[in-house]
Parts: sequence; C-alpha cells; structure tokens
Amino acid sequence: MFKLNIFLVFILIASALGVVTSQHMVRKLFMALENEKGIERKLDVEWGRLQLEQSTLIMHGRIEQIAKDRLNMTVPAASSIQIVSINDAEKRLNTEGLKP
Amino acid sequence: MIKPEVRQIKLSAWRSRLLFGLLALGLIGLAGRAAYLQGMNYDFLQEKGESRYSRIVEMNADRGMITDRNGHILAISSPVASVYADPKVIDIKPEQLKQLAGLLEMDSTEINARISRENSRFVYLKRQVVPDIAEKIMKLKIKGIYFASESKRYYPESEFAVHVLGFTDINDEGQEGVERGWQDKLAGELGRRRVLKDNKGQIIEDVENIRAPKPGEDLVLSIDRRIQYRAHAELKEAVLANNAKAGSIVVLDAQTGEILALTNLPVYNPNRRSSITNERLRNRALIDTFEPGSTLKPFTVAIAMEIGKVNANTVLQTAPGMWQVGRKTIRDVSNKGELTVAQIIQQSSNVGTAKIALSLESQTMWEMFNRSGFGALTNSGFPGEASGILRPYNKWRPIEQATMSYGHGISTSLMQLARAYTIFASGGELKPISLLKQNMPVMGQRVISRDTAQAMNRMLEMATKPGGTAPLAQISGYRVAGKTGTAHKLIDGQYANKRYISTFVGYAPASNPRLIIAVMIDEPSAGKYFGGAVAAPVFSKVMSGALRILNIPPDAPANNVVTFTATPEMGDEG
Repeated sequence: MFKLNIFLVFILIASALGVVTSQHMVRKLFMALENEKGIERKLDVEWGRLQLEQSTLIMHGRIEQIAKDRLNMTVPAASSIQIVSINDAEKRLNTEGLKP
Repeated sequence: MIKPEVRQIKLSAWRSRLLFGLLALGLIGLAGRAAYLQGMNYDFLQEKGESRYSRIVEMNADRGMITDRNGHILAISSPVASVYADPKVIDIKPEQLKQLAGLLEMDSTEINARISRENSRFVYLKRQVVPDIAEKIMKLKIKGIYFASESKRYYPESEFAVHVLGFTDINDEGQEGVERGWQDKLAGELGRRRVLKDNKGQIIEDVENIRAPKPGEDLVLSIDRRIQYRAHAELKEAVLANNAKAGSIVVLDAQTGEILALTNLPVYNPNRRSSITNERLRNRALIDTFEPGSTLKPFTVAIAMEIGKVNANTVLQTAPGMWQVGRKTIRDVSNKGELTVAQIIQQSSNVGTAKIALSLESQTMWEMFNRSGFGALTNSGFPGEASGILRPYNKWRPIEQATMSYGHGISTSLMQLARAYTIFASGGELKPISLLKQNMPVMGQRVISRDTAQAMNRMLEMATKPGGTAPLAQISGYRVAGKTGTAHKLIDGQYANKRYISTFVGYAPASNPRLIIAVMIDEPSAGKYFGGAVAAPVFSKVMSGALRILNIPPDAPANNVVTFTATPEMGDEG
C-alpha cells in the first residue's frame, strides 16, 4: 500500500511538471504566433503603401505627361489609323495557313 | 558530579486550556475568513485578480478600399500613428524636446505648453503621423509619450475624382460623396479579444474572442479612372478658356446606365483639406439643378411623335421667328421660316417646339417628362441628390407649357438630363443609373417605342451635322447625336441678363450608342455662350478620348478600314 502511494506521488509530480512544461511551450508558441501576426500586419501595411505608390505612379495624367514630353508621343489622327477587322484577318490567316 | 536539581513545577490546568482555546479561536477565525473570501466574495476577487493580468485589446479593422471598375485604387486606408503624451508622467530632456519638435514639425514651445498641462493625463501632440516618423520618435525613448494606431485615407487620384468619392473625417467617418453614402458598407468594425499579458506587457494567451473584427467591404465603382481623368482635364480646359464660373460633366454607359465619369469644377484636393470651400465642395452634377433649356426639346417632340400628332416630316411655320402666347412672346434666334419637325430639333427652334407642345394635352406632356425621370431622384445612392422641379400639370398655364417644352420653367440636375437621354440612346428605355459597377445587364423602363426612339436618334444626329446647332460635337470616325442647350440663368426668380448656362447632351456612336456625355458650363463669359460653341467641343474631346479608351470601333470610318477580301496582299504592307 505504502509503495503504491509513493509510486502514485511520483506519477503525480511527473504529470504536474508535464502540465507546467506544456503550458510554457504553449505560451512560447503563442508568442511566436503573435510575432508572426505582427509581421503579417506590417507586411499588410507595406502592401497598402506599395499599392498607393503604384496607383500614384500610374496616374493617367502622369503617363500622358511623360508620353508627350519625354517620349514625344501623340495621339494619332483618326485618318492615320488603319482598322483591321478581326474576322477578315482570321479568314486570311486560315487560308494562308493552308498554303505551303 | 553534581546532580542537577530537578524541580517539579506544577502548572495550573487553566493555562493550557486558555492557550488551546485561543488557538482554536484563531483557527475558527481563519477558517471563517477563508470561507467568506472563497464563498461570498469569490467573483469579485477573481475579477480583481484577473484584471492584474488579463486585458481586453482592440483589433483594428480597416475601412474598405474604393476602386474603379477596373480595380484601380481610388481611395485606400493606410495606418498612421497618433502621438500623445501623459503630462503627469512625461520626462523629457531639452534636446529630446528639440528633436521631437523637429520630427513632428511643430514648435517646441507649443509642445511644451501641451505637455505641461498638469491636471490632464492625456494630450494629443499630433494626430496621423506617418509610420516612419513615428518609429523615429519611438527611438527617442521619451518617458510618457505613447502612440495610438489609427488609419488615414489616401486618394491617389487627388482632385480628379473627388466629387464622386468625397472624403472621411479624422475619425474615419465618411463626410461627403461615396464615402458618406456607403459609410455603413465601407466602415470596418473594431474587434475585441481578452488576453493574458505577462509583466513585460506581452500577450501570452488568448482567453476569448469577444468580437471578431469585421473589416470594411471594398467598393467597386462604375467609374473608369481613365475616362474620369479625360473628362476632368477637358472640362478644366473649357472652364478656363470660357472664363466660366463652374462646370460639370457626366459620362454614362448608354447600355447599363453606369456612371463612367462624373466631375465638376471648381474642385478641391482631398489630400489637402485646407483647400475646401463650400463652392468647391459641391457635386454640381447631382446636387445642383438648373433650367435645361433646349436640351429638353427632344422629349416634347418625342411624345408628340409617339402619340401620332406629328412625324419627322411634318412642316410647321416658325416665321417670323416669334410667336405670341397669351401676353408673352416666344422668340427664336432668327427667322427660320417653314421647318420640318426634324429641322426644328436640328436648328433648335423655340417657336416650333412651343407650337408642338401646345398641340398636346398638358397631362400627356407631364407624363412624358415624369417618365423620363425629371422631378424625381435618380437613386444613385449619392447623398444630397437633388430631384429638380416638375410642377403638377393641372397648374400649368399655356405659356408655361410652351416654355417648358424648350426647357424653361422646369429644373433638373445634369445627371437627370444625362439619364433621360438613355431613352434615345437605348431605343426607348430609361435606364436606371448606378455608381457601382453592374455585372448584369440592366432592365430599363420603356418610355417611347423603338420606332420613335430611332426617329429621334436620326434627328439628334442631324443636329451635329452641318446645318445643325452643334457641328463642333463631331468626332472623326464616329457618328454622333446630341442636342445643345443655352438657357438664361435664373437668379432670385428673375432671368439674369447676359448670364447663361450652356449645355450639350449627346451620345456616340449613333449607330449603336455606347456612351452618353452631358456637359454643363455655368456662366461662360469669354464671348461665346451658345451650348454648341461652349459645351459641344468638350463633349467631342471627351467622347473621342473615351471611345478610343474603350476600343469602340468607328461607325463612320473614313476609308481607313483594311479589308482582305479584295486584295489579300494589302495586309503585308499595312
């Protein structure tokens, strides 16, 4: 009887220590998780900032300005635009494709 | 050896009993106290204990983004930090104060004044500081200075889309425009959770989620930022060139009723709030009404044709360019003589339109205007929208019915006017307008028959051809239809001398209308004031730009279509 009690006491102590360590591990892991979440938030913020930057850079006015001033581009006059019908073009490609 | 003397001491029995009694009493006292704490005060004490380590933290929920129809950002929230101090705790060295003032771009005496308010424990030093600066301030490690995370709204398109978007205040509440109209949808809901913190203030355990954070929904508008930009830029040029007081432009998708662009002048920059004045704040296209003038003529003619009073070739006498109705005289710009109904629209004759109008029952005309959406809200969801005025037909006098037929004595917003033209552009249906992107084709409400709509379409196309009032609305490569309007401005119930509102409403391509554009220029004062001279060129420029942006094939090509059927070799060169 006494021996059994001693044995049970040891088991009790062991499981108590087990609880303590697992709790400690949980907290450690939880802190790591919180840390990762923090990083996620930071990345989110950065993503937002980059989106903002992108949309500022691709503003229509800016692109037009650069195209005009730096690249010397202009909108072509309607008379200098050639319109190609897709159907016709496809037909032609098909017939040409048959030729060697 | 000396034997120790053992003395027997006889103690009286009561002393031990007393001692026992006292100890027992003490024990009972302790047990009682323990029972009291454990039993009766348990909840209170548990709570007190928990409050030492358990905390409720708030979880941020961002306000939703607003994007245009192609997913480009129009408004986005970005986190910023607000710097605040606790004057009771603060401990700052003079050189730290100097650095802090430099980082916050504030005067150091002002900071000093704020942090020396002894009786307060919370004072903002600066709100909405960008994260980089906040981090630098954090590195100064000043005791008693803290940071609260907030978010700030940015509008990358700045003034180009501001009247549509509106803005939010410092507490993230929408104040104008879409930000206000869709506040409930855009706003996020803060989440809360209970956590355990250790002595370093780090969260060590999640206890419970009281409320999950609900981030605001993203909003996809029907706006196309490219067309919006084009519209704003051209409107700005026209307002400057005509030395006008204000101007508005609306671009609608003729098939879905979606608002592709909507802008006004004067305007402000939402990222610099100091530029806001009442005048600049107004989204004129939606909240201001004006007398539409001749742009209303097609509706009078359409209903007369619909009920069979006239057809496009019916001839009316408009000579001598004026017509007496009651005690008032209706005038044309010049004596145009005999005109067909089509020519009345093409040359915009007031006399002709008035004659047609007076052949109609007032109720019939009222119903036409009513079903065209005049005098009723457009339900765009935009806050503060105006409904305009369409008076009940039983109060119309003949002269009023006559002037109303050419757009005087009735008021409308530019948006209503643009929407009403969906009737002619869509084969007779009034389309519901929308500020949000529509994924499904929308059903309109039939107002006139397809035949009448097509006949009107042809007349409106004539107006933009040589001999019409708006040849300047033409676009090379496309067929265009539209109507000019020049109205005397109504100021305090009187028509003001030499103050005009010039309008043009039109659509293209006329063979299969895709876009409707309505332009309004308020008080052009650089000489020209006719709608055909002031507003039509804006229409033409914006329309040609928009058609190009949307890749809409020309319906009036000028010998520039490459065909392969005749000579297949041609393709190799071009």
